[in-house]
Amino acid sequence: MKRTDFKAWLYLLPAMLFLGVFMVYPLVDVLVYSFEEGYNSASQTFFGTGLYNYSYVLHDPYFLRAVKNTLILVVITVPVSTGLALLISVGLNSIKPLKELFQTVYFLPYVTNTLAVGLVFMILFKKTAYSDGLINLLINFFGGISVDFIEGPYWAKMFVMCFYTIWVVLPFKILILTGALASVDKTYYNAARIDGTSKWRIFTRITLPMISPMVFYLVITGFIGAFKAYSDEVALFGTNLNAAGMNTIVGYVYDMLYGNSGGYPSYASAAALILFAVVLTITCINLMVSRKNVHY
Amino acid sequence: MKVTLQNLTKLYPSRNKASKEIVTAVSDFSFEIPDGKLIGLLGPSGCGKSTTLNLICGLEKPTSGRIFFGEDDVTDLPPENRGVGLVFQNYALYPHLTVRQNILFPLQNIKGPDRPTKAQMQEKALNAAKLVQIDELMERRPGELSGGQQQRVAIARALVKMPRVLLLDEPLSNLDARLRLQTREEIRRIQRETGITTVFVTHDQEEAMSISDMIVVMKKGVVQQTGRPQDVYDDPVNLFVAKFLGTPAINVFSARVAEHTLYIGEDPIMKLEGAGNGEVWAAIRPEGFVPDPSGPLRCRLIAVEVMGRDTSVVSAHGACAASSLRAIISSENAVDAAADEVRFSVKPNKLFIFDRESEERIPFRAV
Repeated sequence: MKRTDFKAWLYLLPAMLFLGVFMVYPLVDVLVYSFEEGYNSASQTFFGTGLYNYSYVLHDPYFLRAVKNTLILVVITVPVSTGLALLISVGLNSIKPLKELFQTVYFLPYVTNTLAVGLVFMILFKKTAYSDGLINLLINFFGGISVDFIEGPYWAKMFVMCFYTIWVVLPFKILILTGALASVDKTYYNAARIDGTSKWRIFTRITLPMISPMVFYLVITGFIGAFKAYSDEVALFGTNLNAAGMNTIVGYVYDMLYGNSGGYPSYASAAALILFAVVLTITCINLMVSRKNVHY
Repeated sequence: MKVTLQNLTKLYPSRNKASKEIVTAVSDFSFEIPDGKLIGLLGPSGCGKSTTLNLICGLEKPTSGRIFFGEDDVTDLPPENRGVGLVFQNYALYPHLTVRQNILFPLQNIKGPDRPTKAQMQEKALNAAKLVQIDELMERRPGELSGGQQQRVAIARALVKMPRVLLLDEPLSNLDARLRLQTREEIRRIQRETGITTVFVTHDQEEAMSISDMIVVMKKGVVQQTGRPQDVYDDPVNLFVAKFLGTPAINVFSARVAEHTLYIGEDPIMKLEGAGNGEVWAAIRPEGFVPDPSGPLRCRLIAVEVMGRDTSVVSAHGACAASSLRAIISSENAVDAAADEVRFSVKPNKLFIFDRESEERIPFRAV
């Protein structure tokens, strides 16, 4: 080893040590756990190795429910939030007066405490002994019947969950997209104007391709973020998500580790790896789709 | 298509919001661009030439004045209805589209009965590409092309709809020196072949002089002089125009006229008539100097630069406005590079005198 090589490794050592202990080792450990059958965390013993943990998790109705919830959340919130953010950013970009005010308003959720937001959603949606919640009052006003959004039918709970998620992820997306839109060279629009390009064609043929790398970034991170959803559900439905029927995959992993049915790191690891495989697959598909449609 | 500009004026509110100052970009610009000619709008940066171009194409509305294409008043028409093609300084080619798609883009915007069929569009695009000689590059993207090729694509895109007027904004400024020379000939050829009235903006006087049928020299939003390049060069109306045209630049001296004689410093240059006594600016084109051992203009020799065809003599004179003056003489007229002093006589038609205050030209007759 050359002297300079030695120096380089020395400088890298702190970072590698930290990454090794807090990232690489746990990652490998999760993989190991997931194959250890009947692992007991108290005695640190297990009976054998194999795929039983995966089989158990995949046959667990709670896990299947969590997968279903997560998939619905992903499929609804990612396209809707991205589309909505695009719409709002284009709108923001085309107005001049009050632009800054609106930008601030749209960005507020991003800097607001999750618990405070949970409280607001409570006031909006939760049925208590005293009130049906603001949304129900609105529904009643237009002649509808009250719905219990927090403890009522599945679709109502899912609606609140998606609504909440979209509302929470929107500010960041709007921020990124308004930035991307502002950075598109104005001469492209001048050139398009001289050629008599319609507004819609300008948007689809010029604006969208120009900001496609940012849209793609938001879609990828949106997918990953939605697959990792957990804390928002706790804020809305409380810690016992299985009872509420609104658990997510990450929630299931957490429950297996620490929840009422906790103490099963092997099942948790298997579930976590299944989630990893799903996210990896989706991201790969995204990347393949992007080859054709994203212009750097 | 003849283009007539009538008393065009464009005012901008100042960028500095605190001051209510109004900036005049173009002031009372009247000019008639003859059909099928190539016009160079020339001036230093910030003189309003790009604004003038934007007014002609409709990207900006004039504060007052009218614009006519032929007999049509287009002042209030939006750009897409004027039938103009514009080539942007940075070309503004859509980077995600191929050359073919870029050229097709304006055609695909056409709606209604005028919309050509797909086959017609392809044919028009190919013809435009052939005209600028990029038909081999149709499937490439702009990022894969050199600056000169991108420039051609931009021209093809502007030409594909056969505009009534073609406008070029600093078309050569992003090209290197060799390509610039080649491309300006190309622009000339394309303009001749299509016969489209063309206006181009440049701050490079050589560029404007070399290919324009007519040039318009602007300064601070005001037209200084219009005319054939050679006429403007030979007959500048004021010191600004004289200084702006020509490389190397014209040599300016503080001079005075006394008793029908022009003095530069103490050197009596020539006898003249028609100019009153007083302080003036005298300006001599580099090619207006003739080395002459008994010539009246005595200069301190700094350097002799032999450049093949010509020789450039750099020298200094106490009355010269710049620290040195440059004379271009033919190589046969030898100047002794080792000498301390060089003496010139001056060709009368290469010497202009201007009023010291207004810097307007003072006509005179050499005797």
